[in-house]
Amino acid sequence: MSAAPAALPAESAEHPDPGPELGLLLVPPKARTGWRLVPARVGAMCAVELQKLRHDRTELYTRAVQPALWLLIFGETFTRLKAIPTGGTPYLDYLAPGIIAQSAMFTAIFYGIMIIWERDSGVLTKLLVTPTPRAALVTGKAFAAGVKAVVQAAVVVVLAAVLGVGMTANPLRLLGVAVAVVLGSAFFSCLSMTIAGIVLTRDRLMGIGQAITMPLFFGSNALYPVDLMPGWLQAVSRANPLSYQVDALRGLLIGTPSHLALDFGVLALATGLGIAAASGLLGRLAR
Amino acid sequence: MTEQEQPAVRCRELAYSFHRGRGKGPVVRAVDGVDLEVRPGEVFGLLGPNGAGKTTTIRVITTLLPTVRGMVEVFGHDCVAERTEVRRLLGYVPQALSADAGLTGRENVALFARVFDVPRAERAARVAQALAAVDLTEAADRMAGTYSGGMVRRLELAQALVSAPRLLVLDEPTIGLDPIARAGVWERVEAVRRATGMTVLVTTHYMDEADRHCDRIALMDRGRIRALGTPEELKARVRAEDPARQAPTLDDVFRHFSGRALTDDAKEGEFSDVRRTRRTASRVG
Ligand SMILES: Nc1ncnc2c1ncn2[C@@H]1O[C@H](COP(=O)(O)OP(=O)(O)O)[C@@H](O)[C@H]1O
Ligand SMILES: [Mg+2]
Repeated sequence: MSAAPAALPAESAEHPDPGPELGLLLVPPKARTGWRLVPARVGAMCAVELQKLRHDRTELYTRAVQPALWLLIFGETFTRLKAIPTGGTPYLDYLAPGIIAQSAMFTAIFYGIMIIWERDSGVLTKLLVTPTPRAALVTGKAFAAGVKAVVQAAVVVVLAAVLGVGMTANPLRLLGVAVAVVLGSAFFSCLSMTIAGIVLTRDRLMGIGQAITMPLFFGSNALYPVDLMPGWLQAVSRANPLSYQVDALRGLLIGTPSHLALDFGVLALATGLGIAAASGLLGRLAR
Repeated sequence: MTEQEQPAVRCRELAYSFHRGRGKGPVVRAVDGVDLEVRPGEVFGLLGPNGAGKTTTIRVITTLLPTVRGMVEVFGHDCVAERTEVRRLLGYVPQALSADAGLTGRENVALFARVFDVPRAERAARVAQALAAVDLTEAADRMAGTYSGGMVRRLELAQALVSAPRLLVLDEPTIGLDPIARAGVWERVEAVRRATGMTVLVTTHYMDEADRHCDRIALMDRGRIRALGTPEELKARVRAEDPARQAPTLDDVFRHFSGRALTDDAKEGEFSDVRRTRRTASRVG
């Protein structure tokens, strides 16, 4: 059997226009193996997400509208009402971390729609035919959602600062805030991708996303302390990763008493489970 | 056999069925026992009307669908057991236009350089060469959303080429394009193949393209390969078997081997397919 003809530079003599230099396209890149594969893929996905944000910032601005309204209207009003006991913290300060977490969750919970869109358009299909394990692809997408959420959270933080919320300026604590935002978004985007892998269509995912965002939001400590809730809602809140995210953000940003080790532990565990579930179901989207 | 001597693609009794309506509905035998071998370095055309099973075959070869019945190998690597190895050898352009409209052409190609582990030091140069190979150097820093259908196809070609694949898989690369854009796509494919010697597996339902650009073709209909050979061999068989047709076109060849015209009942499918491609194109563009 004849071997594949290698590059034939001699052929350029027959063709008057040898065309552009293609030398590099003859050598396959050396495969990355081992533990460096996943971080490399995650980096690639995050880079793409940032590039997209750089090209089109409108999403960033439009997504800032809702948290702004929450802080301005809900926050200012309830600060005056003093209806919610926050242990001495001004209500607006108490609310700000909750709104940061909420706005990140609202974005992440619809991330699966993008996955379905990418499936329909062939973008995802093509990525599935690259040497990228499903789990690495999902992790990459999850952290890309996280990176996007951090940029968005920064907008809300600035907004809150403008409204006079007293927040930390300690870089280490702010780094912790970024990590909490990334983990929370990673989890909720995995939840969304998992649902996408089950329902497979955009409309159904939209419906489910809309149905679960409000319960997740109100069934958390984002707006009010857990102690105020009826017992059953407290149980919901305790199973809700959003509560742990808010607790961490509040502790780091405002300095309220919090359980950072538990919070980050739960968020990391939830993200891990989310990645496992979503990557198990990702193949269904390709069929 | 070394990898060099292996056929680029080998399918044995490949079959794939879809279940309509959540496993309760009728079973569609999309691919129904396909045997074929693509030789290294050739342009192999999988030709058939819409619904023939071309895309399904391609999706099994590209590891997107699990091989449930039969065997598929790419350069001797099993498409199930050695999925990752197979993926490293493949450049794949799916049927729907699949460039990311929210990125520039260059960023679209760079993503694929990254996921194929092109080292950072070499990335920019390699991406530039891939873009040059498809004649998109000038448009490289424009958003892919502003590209025409033909340009998107060439961009996808660059995405597939940047990893130096041994086997380039193109699923209906010219569907929904005007004749000039079609010619442009083929011209780039041929130039790249001349320069790199890579194997090309292409599906199409345009007879004239298969006749002009493929070294060998397989005629596919209703999930089966009806005939396989060079266009000339197939025509010669028709001439020998059907005295009434002494100057057969590939359309005649298809009718001879499958018992029906390529275009008759393909029309409806073709329209919906074109519509689908257009929809994607407008979403991209
Ligand atoms: N995801 C799917 N679910 C159910 N049926 C499918 C699916 N994909 C393809 N089919 C069916 O399989 C057959 C072959 O389709 P396909 O491989 O796309 O053909 P071609 O690419 O030659 O037009 C068709 O009858 C088509 O309707
Ligand atoms: Mg097809």
